[in-house]
Amino acid sequence: MKTAHKQLSQHILLLTAVLALGACSTAPVQQGDTVIEPSFSADRVLDEDVTYLSDEISDPWEGFNRSMYRFNYRFDKYLFLPVVNGYKTITPGFLEKGIHNFFLNLGDINTFFNSILQWNGTKTVETTGRFLVNSTVGLFGFFDVASRMDVPRHQEDFGQTLGYWGVGDGPYLVLPVLGPSNVRDGVGLVPDWLVYSAFIDELGMKDGEEVALTLMQSIDKRANVAFRYYETGTPFEYDWVKLLYTTKRKMDIEK
Amino acid sequence: MLRIAAFLLAAIWLSPGWASADAYDYPITNKYLATVAGTPPAFRAELPKKIPLKDRSITIFEDREVPEPFFFDAKLRYFQVLQKGPAPLVFLIAGTGAAYNGAKNVDMARAYYQAGFHVISISSPTYMNFIVAASRSGVPGHTVEDAEDIYRVMERIWAKLKDKTEVTDFYVTGYSLGGLNAAFVTWLDETKQVFNFRKALLINPPVRLYSSISLLDRMLENIPGGIDNFPQFYDRLVKELTRVYKNSDTVDIGEEFLYKAFHAVNPDSEELAALIGVSFRISSANMTYTTDLMTDFGYIKPKNITMTKNSSPSVYNKVAHRLGFTDYFHVYFYPYQKTKNPSLTRSELINAMSLSSIEDYLRSAEKIEVMHNADDIILEPGEIDFFPRVFGDRAKIYPRGGHLGNMEFRDNVTHMINVFSK
Repeated sequence: MKTAHKQLSQHILLLTAVLALGACSTAPVQQGDTVIEPSFSADRVLDEDVTYLSDEISDPWEGFNRSMYRFNYRFDKYLFLPVVNGYKTITPGFLEKGIHNFFLNLGDINTFFNSILQWNGTKTVETTGRFLVNSTVGLFGFFDVASRMDVPRHQEDFGQTLGYWGVGDGPYLVLPVLGPSNVRDGVGLVPDWLVYSAFIDELGMKDGEEVALTLMQSIDKRANVAFRYYETGTPFEYDWVKLLYTTKRKMDIEK
Repeated sequence: MLRIAAFLLAAIWLSPGWASADAYDYPITNKYLATVAGTPPAFRAELPKKIPLKDRSITIFEDREVPEPFFFDAKLRYFQVLQKGPAPLVFLIAGTGAAYNGAKNVDMARAYYQAGFHVISISSPTYMNFIVAASRSGVPGHTVEDAEDIYRVMERIWAKLKDKTEVTDFYVTGYSLGGLNAAFVTWLDETKQVFNFRKALLINPPVRLYSSISLLDRMLENIPGGIDNFPQFYDRLVKELTRVYKNSDTVDIGEEFLYKAFHAVNPDSEELAALIGVSFRISSANMTYTTDLMTDFGYIKPKNITMTKNSSPSVYNKVAHRLGFTDYFHVYFYPYQKTKNPSLTRSELINAMSLSSIEDYLRSAEKIEVMHNADDIILEPGEIDFFPRVFGDRAKIYPRGGHLGNMEFRDNVTHMINVFSK
């Protein structure tokens, strides 16, 4: 217990150091003592009384976040996408679709618990119905029979549940591999993960099988997201992703 | 008065360049709506879903130094779709701020591949990746210099391909600014003669670039309360989208949802014009900040400040979105061109950046055809007449479609193919 505690505090210390380091490094490099005025300086163009969209999202760890964003690009480019593309090449279309349905069905477990936590009867009932039908008639979720029966799919996670009960976003956070997030949604990953692993434990799989399942799930998830880092054609991509992520989450919480 | 109107109508319908209005059943009559919404699915040409599209990248300048924040853009990305045997090859040039793999170029690739062509798709010279990797000066917008840059790219790609691909003839096409680019590329080809294009098709090009960028800059005035109120405009848009989202059965905000949401929200002409303005403003901000970093001109970023990988451009981001294409023209582009040619006047430069600067060539160049819309929003009133006047019956003018709204429409796709197949 004592060692676990010690380990945890060491990790926190390390994380704080990384964040502090990151926070310092967003400043550009200046030559000489005075800034040479550009044609359109911020002082000349921007109005102090006007709010700008990008100012509405708190991002105190921008340096760290930008480093992580770049790491994710490299991870994507040199490891993740090659694996995903290989998977797509060797997997027949119907199987790929079936695997995707299978993982969406597993995802309904978290949606179920979070629908209860949000006190939402319709979503709880519909998600229960979907899970039961798809897990049985749909052969472990391989076929999405419920959607064909017009039972809509919902997606609720603990970040949304916190948002539903009024918890704010907290600072923006880019997570390794998973990408854009914020403190609220990042924290929300923990209970979701606990519930999900408790369920998987019930299936009585071996360790190796669980790892394989998790790997397969990540590959399936990436295969179904069209986004490619640094291919949006804007030098302000980091800011755009931050804005659109925040907007989308706001919409998800309201839904 | 009525007589004059009747006479004008008759003149319009009888002049050879104008498609007869009654036979054309593209369904959207509002030019702003057409521009934003495009062609409803039921009216689109049938195109193959799967084509052998391959993403590629190429180094254009061996010695190019790329600013640290743009490290990922050192190579120029493009795509190719090749037939198995010998075939004619079409080069596609994307429009303002658009990528080689944008929806319009992909659709054109589908259409031309289906019709038996090899296809190579290139980003607009105003697109970030092109400015960083393939623009010699790093300062886009000059008709002749951009054409030289595009031509160089075409030559390099062709050099990579020619040992393994048999090409019977070369063609070039582009939409919007890409249409203007295609005209100057064809003009340049007359002297360089590497490709000897058999045909070129200009789709909805501007006549005078300066007129079009002025019109597009002004569209932002349609935001209620002006650009200062953009956050409110954005919030209202998100609120409307959320309303539709809440009542929908989907949890993905993809193309399909946005299309449905668009119809549910049903924006009016003013809102549509504002959206078009915002879209072009984003292109302009991307372009100007990119070129500013490439040349250290000191337009938005001070000259003696160097951006590193982690530097936050947030302040420059805000400034860039406050400036339009015309600001770029007067404060950056013109002074920059003047350093190369001290006697150059503003109006000379404006006139050079237009199709009329090569009017004599265009008049005689049988190989160049035009596809355009009478209600295109990037043209000043009356500017559309330039095309029938200069190109005669090589200009096909459709009565509606706004700016590129009818590019996926059956008749238009058929026409695009026919121009190159006959």
